[in-house]
Amino acid sequence: MINAVGRDIPDYLLTDGREVYQGRFAKDGRVIKRDSPACVVREKPTADKLVGTIREACEKCGVHDGMTISFHSEFRNGDYTASQVVKVLVEELGVRDLRVAATSLGDAHDLLADYIEQGIITHIESSGVRGRIGEAISHGKLKEPAIIRSHGGRPRAMMAGEVHVDVAFLAAATSDKAGNASGTGGKSNCGSLGFAIPDSQYADKVVVITDCLVDFPNVPASIKCEDVDYVVVVDQIGDPRRIASKEARFTQDPRELMMAERAADIIAALPYFTDGFSFQTGAGGPSLAVNRFLESHMREKGIKMGFALGGVTGAICNLMDKGLVGKILDTQDFDLTAIKHLEENPNHVEMSQSEYANPGSKGAYVNYLDYMVLSALEIDTKFNVNVITGSDGVVRGAPGGHPDTAASSKCCIIVTPLVRGRMATVCKDVTTVTTPGECVDVLVTDYGTAVNPARQDIIDCLDAAGIPHVSIESLQERAYAIVGEPDPLEWEDRVVAVVEARDGTILDVIRQIKPYSLDK
Amino acid sequence: MVIEKTAVAGTLESSDVQVTVEPAADLALAIESSVLNQYGRQIKATVEETLGRLGVTTGHVSVVDKGALDCTIKARVEAAVFRSCDASASDIPWGGAVRS
Repeated sequence: MINAVGRDIPDYLLTDGREVYQGRFAKDGRVIKRDSPACVVREKPTADKLVGTIREACEKCGVHDGMTISFHSEFRNGDYTASQVVKVLVEELGVRDLRVAATSLGDAHDLLADYIEQGIITHIESSGVRGRIGEAISHGKLKEPAIIRSHGGRPRAMMAGEVHVDVAFLAAATSDKAGNASGTGGKSNCGSLGFAIPDSQYADKVVVITDCLVDFPNVPASIKCEDVDYVVVVDQIGDPRRIASKEARFTQDPRELMMAERAADIIAALPYFTDGFSFQTGAGGPSLAVNRFLESHMREKGIKMGFALGGVTGAICNLMDKGLVGKILDTQDFDLTAIKHLEENPNHVEMSQSEYANPGSKGAYVNYLDYMVLSALEIDTKFNVNVITGSDGVVRGAPGGHPDTAASSKCCIIVTPLVRGRMATVCKDVTTVTTPGECVDVLVTDYGTAVNPARQDIIDCLDAAGIPHVSIESLQERAYAIVGEPDPLEWEDRVVAVVEARDGTILDVIRQIKPYSLDK
Repeated sequence: MVIEKTAVAGTLESSDVQVTVEPAADLALAIESSVLNQYGRQIKATVEETLGRLGVTTGHVSVVDKGALDCTIKARVEAAVFRSCDASASDIPWGGAVRS
């Protein structure tokens, strides 16, 4: 069946009430009965919930073949916990047919890729899939298609019972003996534990894994002791220095700075740029750089930002320290500055993944967002964005909060170079739709700006401000004139991953990539 | 032109291509590329066209592409071939040999 972004979704996937994507707010107003975890009640006076090893915790949780386990990705590339736990489950306890539902998976999880290759891990549900796991998925190594969800789509699916986690293994910088856990105050701090909070509330069993046991009660806590079954102390849960990867780098590239400056000019030219406005950027180089250009516009107009959302970097923390930001609501920290800032600044507060972006809630913070600035791997002439598949068709990205913030913000600006090497970023059709074009308002490239024709109001504002803009088709033609028109990718029939829209409908599918031949 | 000895042109930097040519009795082409799935056949056609215009009929040509544009690919193939037959010291027939 063809969905609202023109993608053909195979009928065999449309079972158990699964629907195709029908549009931006098609599911607004529906009623969800929230799923509930099976809780083992503890009434007696208890000394603590400490167990000696990960293995012991797994045994007490009653691990079994076919179970679903979850992890959070607050340590990004510095995560040690997921690999430690999966190794114990597979090597020491012989668990098979493992289903992994993580907030994101990447280069820190090559061991999981080995287990996918060996047929031990048979299902993946995640927002991001980078590194070797993406290769394994794209080459059809999973028994059933992986499910790619946005940051908001994930807690929605947990809430709706579409994914039910048997055991959540949640790394925490500090925990007390009862499981009050936090991402700060220890030796391996990741800052916000926002991604872990829904798991602590919806998983049947919750194991907190820490490398810094602190005095009871460890409050205020991100993960509450009432939700925790066991606490394990290990040598190290992760390496915070590896949280800031190249995706979250701070650019010095003059081309990226030029685009960032233009994006800031556009923000300042729109009617939402008033005292108390709200703002978020993605972690891509040029979108992050917008932070530094906003300051002069704010000072010029004499206004302050009401709140900043999302994945937090040092850049927005610096703006707050200069008195230009009221509150920072933080679901993930991208660098060590942001981690420290969360710990020390009372106006920089943690927000759960569900509070942040869950479209199955009574209203997530993204619904109150004025501006969202994001990157893209590809954007097509219908403004559809791809941030999940590379130019070779292999899964190597992460929707993260991209679809959630684009859909719910008043103005979504994509900042991306026209071409990257020989890859045309602005193209005729994106390989995979991760964010529908109807949610994207403005595209800023190094060769010009294009506005979604659906947003005549924004076009009028840019014209009034003297900001030049062109059609997205002309940008796409310019890109192909430089790099040549790409050959279409060649796919097998088999679907290896399903890209869920944030409301749980099917936005697109990713098929197995065909071996490439130079002779055709 | 005849490939008389092994020669290299280009780097493995992003947006460049490294071309290696070696003398051989037959003509063979090996291509690796970071954009193989979308541009592999276009790269092959560009390399073959450039070799053809240079009159190269024998030799082993290895192309390791990091997303180079067509103009870069042509220049690197030319340079490798020129170097292989000592035509790169002076009076380099850039483009000329390609066009002729």
